[in-house]
Amino acid sequence: MSADMTEPKNAAPIVRAKGLSKRYGTTVALDHVDLEIAAGRVVGLIGPNGAGKTTALKAILGLTEFDGELSVLGLDPRTHRTELMQQMCFIADVAVLPRWLRVGEAVDFVAGVHPRFSRERCEAFLARTKIKHTQRVRELSKGMIVQLHLALVMAIDAKLLVLDEPTLGLDILYRKEFYETLLNDYFDHDKTILVTTHQVEEIERILTDLIFIRDGKIALDASMDAVGERYAEVLVAPDKAEAARALKPLSERQIFGKSIFLFDGIDHARLAALGELHKPSVADLFVATMKGTYA
Amino acid sequence: MSATMSTNNKFTWLLKREFWEYRGAFFWTPAITAAVMLSLVVMALIIAESTANRAGVNLNGINFNEISTHLNEGNAAKLYAGLNIGLISLGFPIGIALFFVLFSYGIGALYNDRADRSVLFWKSLPISDTETVLAKVIAMALIAPVLAVGAMIALHLGFLVILSFWVLAHGINPMLLWSPTHLVSLWMKLILLIPINALWALPSIGWLLLCSSFARSKPFLWAVALPVVSGVLVSMFHLMNSLSLPSGWYWTNIVGRLLFSIVPGTWVNVADLRHLDGDDRLPEALNELLSFNSAGHLLSSPNFLIGIVAGVAMITAAIYFRRRRVESFA
Repeated sequence: MSADMTEPKNAAPIVRAKGLSKRYGTTVALDHVDLEIAAGRVVGLIGPNGAGKTTALKAILGLTEFDGELSVLGLDPRTHRTELMQQMCFIADVAVLPRWLRVGEAVDFVAGVHPRFSRERCEAFLARTKIKHTQRVRELSKGMIVQLHLALVMAIDAKLLVLDEPTLGLDILYRKEFYETLLNDYFDHDKTILVTTHQVEEIERILTDLIFIRDGKIALDASMDAVGERYAEVLVAPDKAEAARALKPLSERQIFGKSIFLFDGIDHARLAALGELHKPSVADLFVATMKGTYA
Repeated sequence: MSATMSTNNKFTWLLKREFWEYRGAFFWTPAITAAVMLSLVVMALIIAESTANRAGVNLNGINFNEISTHLNEGNAAKLYAGLNIGLISLGFPIGIALFFVLFSYGIGALYNDRADRSVLFWKSLPISDTETVLAKVIAMALIAPVLAVGAMIALHLGFLVILSFWVLAHGINPMLLWSPTHLVSLWMKLILLIPINALWALPSIGWLLLCSSFARSKPFLWAVALPVVSGVLVSMFHLMNSLSLPSGWYWTNIVGRLLFSIVPGTWVNVADLRHLDGDDRLPEALNELLSFNSAGHLLSSPNFLIGIVAGVAMITAAIYFRRRRVESFA
């Protein structure tokens, strides 16, 4: 116990997985995944449908059995789910707030059962919306339900926030507001956010780390800075296209008569000679990395 | 110390949550049933007014004619006994309503939130699956029955008020109807029977919650079809014969206990009642059944005790499946 106390808290990873595996019958959902997520990061877990994202989240949330080792905030989520949930929150999908619940009841209930919930913070968030305390969840629009859920979750002083497709089915205004509120009013260096989404473009500006998952395996695990150093996109004129192809690009696509090549691990100075250099978007990187997944 | 305090407080919130969600079933169903019963009483009295001279009106064991013509100090004791029966039987529909409320609640309690995925919201809070399931057990065993008894007492009061006006209209002192000792002892019995009913109901509570927690779909079918089909098979192949028991034993002690123990007072042994049958003895019989004597007899019976063990085992299994079944997360 004393050894733990003397160690600085930031040193311990928030999530640590070693050989994390999960099978459903003959389907392998997670195949010996090794993973570490440090404190104070915003991590995007991105993969095609059925790649194992949801299984990984379920394991972290203590909602499924698994093989291998997994510790979240130093605890085994299978046996310590209740303790874990005092320091961890999750928003799974827009549909999960019970439709019969009144807004005031939701606030009262979470205040009653959660030791780290601040009613003042929650009320302050709600005051910015059009949500009324007497309304039932079923009377709210999809966007308002997410606002309510976010108000409840952001009022909890949690170390880890897990978001699984949090903005699914929302219009663009709510989606933008969701991530802005999250970053401006919630995130700080003691908190860690793990988010999965299909709308990669929307979260790419807020991520500090990127994890691609494919067929139950980690295809990429890097910080956004490292991604910027490692990958580069080059806009190449037709006369230099052959030279570019010789460097074995990950992908090639055509735009306005020019070719865009995506390179992995090629010296940026060398690429600059071929044409205009860009930082690749996460979406393009994703498409290139996942090539052949659905084939 | 503070940990216990917060745990208790948390459990109170879980109970409140159940009440919020099922306010209509737990509170309004018995309240409306009581209101309907009172309006039936009023209607019966109106009919009685127009026809009483030709035929006596009987409502739930009370002969109104008798009250209107014979109520005096002398025969009051006999009338109180009859009135007791009337008050108890007036409450029967609330007991039946309670059965339907508990049945549909039990089937849905651990299933509906999986069907609409709100289970993920509840599971995102620091509440253990054991606490969640136990809150639902308490809701079925105590909250709904307490509210039902509350509705019964309100119904009794309403009935006596209406009856008082009626006898007053017939020139009889209505105070003769009000015997605080009789009323308080009747209500005390109803209240003290709540925990006995609750323990008796554990096999049904456990079975319904287990099906609710276990079923991936159609929990109602699981809950009803499994015991009934097994009962039919037992009867068809005379499986009980090998244990030297009639097939009826299985229906009464397995199927009946799983499905109908939540009907309040089903522990009353009807066989014991038979020797008391007959019009004159009915009041005594009912009083006997509600006596602490027969309750004490029940508490030591194997049927009762084995039922508790089976109920606790099924509740434990329901907790186990509550932990595992989150398949709606996809």
